[in-house]
Order: sequence, then structure tokens, then C-alpha cells
Amino acid sequence: MTQFPATVAESGRETPSGDRTLVLNMGPQHPSTHGVLRLVLEIDGETIVRLKPEIGFLHTGIEKTCEAKFYQQVVPLTDRIDYLCPLTNNLAYCLAVEKLLGLEIPPKAQWMRVLMNELTRINSHLVWLGTHAMDLGAMTVFLYCFREREDVLRFFEMVSGQRMMTSYFRIGGLALEPPLGFFEKVKKFADRFPGNVDEYEGLLTGNPIFMMRTKGIARLSAEDAIALGAGGPTLRGSGVDIDLRRDAPYTGYENFKFKVPVRTEGDVFARYLCRVEELRESIGMVQQALAGMPEGPIKADSPKVVLPDREKMKTQMEALIYHFKIITEGFTVPAGEVYQAIESPRGEMGYYIVSDGTAKPYRVHMRGPSYANLQTLAKMCEGGLIADVVAAIGSIDVILGDIDR
Amino acid sequence: MPLVPPITDIEELKSHPALARLLEWNASVVQAVKFDRDELTIWIAKDVIREVCAILRDSADCPFNYLCDLTCVDWYPSEPRFEVVYHLLSIPHKERVRLKARLDGSSAAIESVTSVWPSANFYEREVFDLFGVRFTGHPNLERIMMPDDWEGHPLRKDYPVEGYR
Repeated sequence: MTQFPATVAESGRETPSGDRTLVLNMGPQHPSTHGVLRLVLEIDGETIVRLKPEIGFLHTGIEKTCEAKFYQQVVPLTDRIDYLCPLTNNLAYCLAVEKLLGLEIPPKAQWMRVLMNELTRINSHLVWLGTHAMDLGAMTVFLYCFREREDVLRFFEMVSGQRMMTSYFRIGGLALEPPLGFFEKVKKFADRFPGNVDEYEGLLTGNPIFMMRTKGIARLSAEDAIALGAGGPTLRGSGVDIDLRRDAPYTGYENFKFKVPVRTEGDVFARYLCRVEELRESIGMVQQALAGMPEGPIKADSPKVVLPDREKMKTQMEALIYHFKIITEGFTVPAGEVYQAIESPRGEMGYYIVSDGTAKPYRVHMRGPSYANLQTLAKMCEGGLIADVVAAIGSIDVILGDIDR
Repeated sequence: MPLVPPITDIEELKSHPALARLLEWNASVVQAVKFDRDELTIWIAKDVIREVCAILRDSADCPFNYLCDLTCVDWYPSEPRFEVVYHLLSIPHKERVRLKARLDGSSAAIESVTSVWPSANFYEREVFDLFGVRFTGHPNLERIMMPDDWEGHPLRKDYPVEGYR
């Protein structure tokens, strides 16, 4: 995070045509930067000569805070990293700690995790679609998307009591049993949602204005995408066929059938198509999870790690002791290290956790997908127009909480 | 999946593509290996890290062409104090490997891998900012999260959680 240039005139350079370039700050207070992202643009007329992202405005030191918390206390912190997909962050962290512990998760908890994770993906993509379209001038799509997003947030509220900072996944399983009537409501939504996606596509996919703003804009080749570390739909939009849910299945994704949408064009429109297709695949997975939801416990059978049920805690001496121990002393995790990567809506979300055998993590590092994706922005925009920067930012779907942590 | 003891014998792990390629290239760069919880870690001599990364990226059998993550762990007060950690992924073969290089606290510097993967740019800046590890040959090594005039490196273990007051 560097200081602003002293004066605009000082920072410009001579161009071949004899004019001077202009340095322009886009953000950190700019509606299309989706948060507090500052882009330093060096422009020659309308053309971008150089683009430099400046970040760090939202840095809260979560990684440092984690080192001072018990393992179970870190879960609520992970919600706040990528605030559009809190459950994905919960999942990556919980899977990493479970891998460190060697903990077995019961099937119902795994299927619920897949179900909630795909709903989170839908939530995240809906916010992306609405804001991306609004950046490009299509106001109506935003209202449509937020209508459906409200439904998804209500599901989060039903299971966890929270709309956004859910902390629903816990180390060893889930926080709570899903309430009565939950699955019926999700089923109704899942039956209706493909029609809604058709609605969004009807507004955008064939729309000549939208196509002019997105087709052939902010191109990224497959080689560049890999070298710059892009992930998720940004990588798949450039023709690289990778999806960790399929390639390195976790939490029972191997039981689900889905396609991985890949486009080769590498422009804004290709990334848009990938994400919209992912909406359809996600709702398909929600349907599969609802149809095959197993019965059984939602927490692993490991009393030293998983908090006992409330009722047991109040009536059984042993459960009360475990409850007291976990809350006051935490639980120890065998020394070692793991890197657990999962497919978040934006790409590879990885948690690297080092344990020194105590009840607090020695080091937690979050590999945020937006952090990697942001590095592709300069490649996409240099040589293009200022107006296309807005399209490019939208197409890589950055979340500043995830970047700055 | 109960935990199994880690394997640290090079001979037993030779079949992993990353280790096989490195042993074939120059066996002396591999300082130690560990296979724990289904993940392979290779400790590399710190002065060859860029060559090792380039060799693994261009490996014909299993190219580790994607840098997932680059970070650092501070083992204060023991020496060597820092461990720089590289997570590599082979997109065509879906293989992963973790490379580590140990650095002394007094001269915490290592060669930059930005020439191998441009994506290392932000990661190395982050490690420099939060740990104070220098990356030689980095095009733009300046603070990324903290303000330019910030004192200290917050993720070091001798830096208090509440900051200096």
C-alpha cells in the first residue's frame, strides 16, 4: 500500500506522439471497484498504458489473530475473509483442521456441507452477476439477482441464525441440525431457480449492448492465466479445464454428478458464460444433495474435539466436563501441517495450517482466490480503454476482504 | 482416516514425480523430505530455489506449472528462523508438492521466483511486508498490506498481537 503520487503532472510520462500521459486514481472510493480497491491508471487519452492495483485498505490481520485463538475460535474469523461466501471459508478451514486431526465426518454432515456450499456459490454468483451487469449499465438484472439472493440468505438464516456471517460448519461437523421444513423450502427454491437463470440470461446473453461491452474485452490467454495464478472461472474462461471439486474431491463431492463449464475465448463474455453455467450446475448439485440426503448424526464421534449436544451437556456429568474443557482449554492438534484447497466461487481457496501440537494454530495462511486473480488485471487492461477496466474488474469478481484479509 | 506416522525416507518416496525429477537433476539440492497426511514436503537448499522451481515447472513428465501459494513460517526463537513455503500444483496431472527453504533470521533473503511465475509477485511482497524476508531480484519489493511508513513486520512471532503501543 503506497502513498498517492505527489502531483499528477509529476507522475506523467512523455508519449511517442509528444503528449504526456496522465496518472489517474480509480478508487478506493469508486462504486465499480467492488470494495476498497485502488487502481493507479496511467492513461494516454482513453487508453490504459499501465495499471497498478494498490491494496491493503481492508487489512485486518486475520492471520495474526488466528495465532492467538483456539482452533474452534478461528471459525467465525474465516467468515469475514470472503464475506460473499462465508461457508466456503468455514469449509476450507474445518477440512484443514480435520485433516490435521485425522477426523472422520459422518455422511449427513458431508452432504449438508455440499448442499450449503453450493447454495453459497449461488449466493456469491448472484451478487457478482447483479453488480457486474449494473457496472455495465443493465440495472434490472441487479434487482432480479438480489430477489433470489434473498431466498438463499433466508436459508442461511434458517440453519445458522445469521444471514451472512454464518459460522455454520464446525470442526467435526455442523453447528446445528437443519430445522424442520428446511429441505422442503430449499426444494421449492431449487425447482424454481433454473427458470430464474433463464430470466437473467434472457436479459444479458443475447443482449447486443452487453455483448459489445464484453465480447473480446480484457482477453487473457491460457498461458498468461496459469502464469499469473488465476483461478476458478477466470482460469476456466481461458480454456484451462480445472475444478477441484472434480479433480481433488473433498467432503463427498465424488458422489455428485456435474459438468465443469470451460470456455476458450478468455474474454469477459467467456467468464460470464462460465459463471452462469455454474449457477445451473450448482442448482443441479443442490437437487442431488436433497434427493440423497442421508440420515444420521451431524457431528463426528470425537468428544474431545466436538462440543456435546446442549441437552447432554445439561444432564450428563461427562459431557459437561468435555464441554468445559473444550471451551476453556481448547483441544490439542497433533503437530504437522496441511494445505487444504477447495473450489470457492472465485477459484482455489487454500488454507495452510501449521500446528505445533498445542490448542492454538502456530500459523494459518489463507490463499485467497481474489488475491491471485487481481494480478491478472494489469495484463487484461493494458492497451484497452478506461471503460473496459470496469468490465474487467467485474469479470474477475474480486472481493477485497479476501484480498486484504 | 486415522493418522499414520509420516514417511521421511527419500528411497520410499522416490516415485513422486516432483522428487523423482529433482533427484534426477541434482540430488544434492534435496535436504529432507516428509510425506505426512497425504502431502509431500521437500526441503530445498535456499540458494537454488529459483532453479528448482524452473526445473519443476518445465518437467516433461509432470510439469508443476501453477504456483498455488507462497508464504512463510516464523520459528522464532529457533534457528534457522524462517521457512519460506511454496505450494505447487501440476494442472495437467493434478499433483501437488510443497517446497520449503530455511532462512536464518539474521540474513533473511532468498532469490525471487517471479521470473518463473509472475504470480509470485504479490505473494513475495506480502511475505516481505509481514515477515521482513527479502526476495532478491523481485521487480517491485515494497509493502503491500501495511502502510509504507509502518515499523516492524506484523506476522513475526516477536511482534505482539496487539501491536506496539
